[in-house]
Amino acid sequence: MKATYTQQILARKLGIDPCDPSLAGGNLVLVNADVALSNDVTAPVAIDVFQKSGCGLCDKCKVTFVLDHFTPNRDIKSAQQCKIVRDFARANNVENFYDVGEMGIEHALLPEKGIALPWTVVIGADSHTCTYGALGAFSTGVGSTDIAGIMMSGKIWLKVPTAIKFNLHGKLRKGVVGKDLILYIIGMIGVDGALYKSIEFGGEGVDSLSMDDRFTVCNMAIECGAKNGVFPVDEKTDEYTLESCGKTFDRFAAADDDAYERVIDIDLSAIRPVVAKPHLPSNTAFVDEVKEEIKIDQVVIGSCTNGRLSDLKQAAEVLEGKHVSPDVRTIVIPATNKIYLQALKAGYIETFIKGGAIVSTPTCGPCLGGHMGILASGEVAVTTTNRNFIGRMGAKDSYIYLASPATAMASAIAGKLASAGVKED
Amino acid sequence: MLQGKVFKFGDDIDTDIIVPATYLSTFDPKELAKHCMEYTDPDFYKQVKEGDIIVAGKNFGCGSSREHAPIAIKGCGVSIVIAKSFARIFYRNALNIGLYILECPEAADAISQGDDVKVDVDTGVITDVTTGKTFKAAPFPKFIQNIIECGGLVNAIKAGKF
Repeated sequence: MKATYTQQILARKLGIDPCDPSLAGGNLVLVNADVALSNDVTAPVAIDVFQKSGCGLCDKCKVTFVLDHFTPNRDIKSAQQCKIVRDFARANNVENFYDVGEMGIEHALLPEKGIALPWTVVIGADSHTCTYGALGAFSTGVGSTDIAGIMMSGKIWLKVPTAIKFNLHGKLRKGVVGKDLILYIIGMIGVDGALYKSIEFGGEGVDSLSMDDRFTVCNMAIECGAKNGVFPVDEKTDEYTLESCGKTFDRFAAADDDAYERVIDIDLSAIRPVVAKPHLPSNTAFVDEVKEEIKIDQVVIGSCTNGRLSDLKQAAEVLEGKHVSPDVRTIVIPATNKIYLQALKAGYIETFIKGGAIVSTPTCGPCLGGHMGILASGEVAVTTTNRNFIGRMGAKDSYIYLASPATAMASAIAGKLASAGVKED
Repeated sequence: MLQGKVFKFGDDIDTDIIVPATYLSTFDPKELAKHCMEYTDPDFYKQVKEGDIIVAGKNFGCGSSREHAPIAIKGCGVSIVIAKSFARIFYRNALNIGLYILECPEAADAISQGDDVKVDVDTGVITDVTTGKTFKAAPFPKFIQNIIECGGLVNAIKAGKF
């Protein structure tokens, strides 16, 4: 079919043919959203705009609030922000409201709770909302006013994106994960390489990527400027959604290469562990190519990018029986309480604590320099988060290296940027 | 017609540069304005005047979805941002809160820091009064014009134009 996955999803929402000219790339369409997500940073703005409008809450869309950024509250201002959301959610009987105790990092939580599903349109006031494309959703980040608009009308204006297709061949080597793949892609096409576009994945290599790998890949689609990322719906998706909501979903029609603006072939087996050096996610190198010694002060393993169970498993396997360097503060943050409990039962949490790391309650915290691990002037971190912009994790002259959980933990042990290596099958 | 003095910025100006994340506990435009561009250009807030214009390179506003970024810029009194290209969330946010933006690579290259620039948002014509050069950007599609004419997305919905 000469229609991208994104066009197929939007067509189903609009009740039209995916090849309908109104869905040509660049056209503006008005669609009904299934989910309108916001968090403790963006929801108060949306609520303020919504309340000033005097409109009622549209009941056609699942309004979802997750208090995850500066929680448990780091200061009085953030406590006030959360209170605005909490009071509004209670007063309006918002079912999908996730506070401390229930909450996790939003982009790990919504799939887990069965809120983000294949074929849905999920709009979030957070740039990493693109994560849910891993399940075959159309999901993208917008601003708070857009969320207020959906709360009022149930609708959102969208520019239909043109798309880049990545045909994945072969499979990732052992020790190489979704994070390495997406950093490799961002390094290849740049931070604006997919500006306004959708990035979509096909080829037999998709089969070998776990759901967690796919979440990580789609999560960072925004870091190459993309509006959204989409994986096809397959057996792995079925397995995931059977657990999250007890259902399975239709497959996409095969999307012809000529539905895409550009098709890029990637040999998964050629990728080795990747690091993005300061201060852009596109400033990448294979870890084993970085010749200078980079001494580090902190490691963070967590975030909406890499705080899932398989991420914690990789980190725990690297740490098992070893200890982190006394010079490296190693902070592990399971993305949701469910993941935390699974990691506890699997013994990963014990491995972390015995190995000299600390384990935090779910929070976005250090990823955006909020709390739970802010960097001082001149400090260096290796982190599994998604952005290494100037000042992102603290002082404006601190330095952030983005990498996989295995690389981050190997670095924590070595006290400097280090690879956990690639294992041969 | 918009007119003001130009403050020029480079490529990939991200939302952490526009307003650092540590100040996100408020969304008061005047408060956010005080921290606009603080890390890279600490004097920006003190020097910028009502009506002034930002001219920047490619991918302006990349990074977070925070609406605080265009709010901070508007809070400084900036009347329009002209760039080679915008990060898409920033593009949406700016229009939805009623901050004018235009994509015009030629103007972004040719206009210098401190130039006096006029912009006709209806036609997309940009005039550098200092050098006498003019540039043509694509004006907003009707759909977007409705939102801006109503003073932002919320007013457009209330006016039934959405």
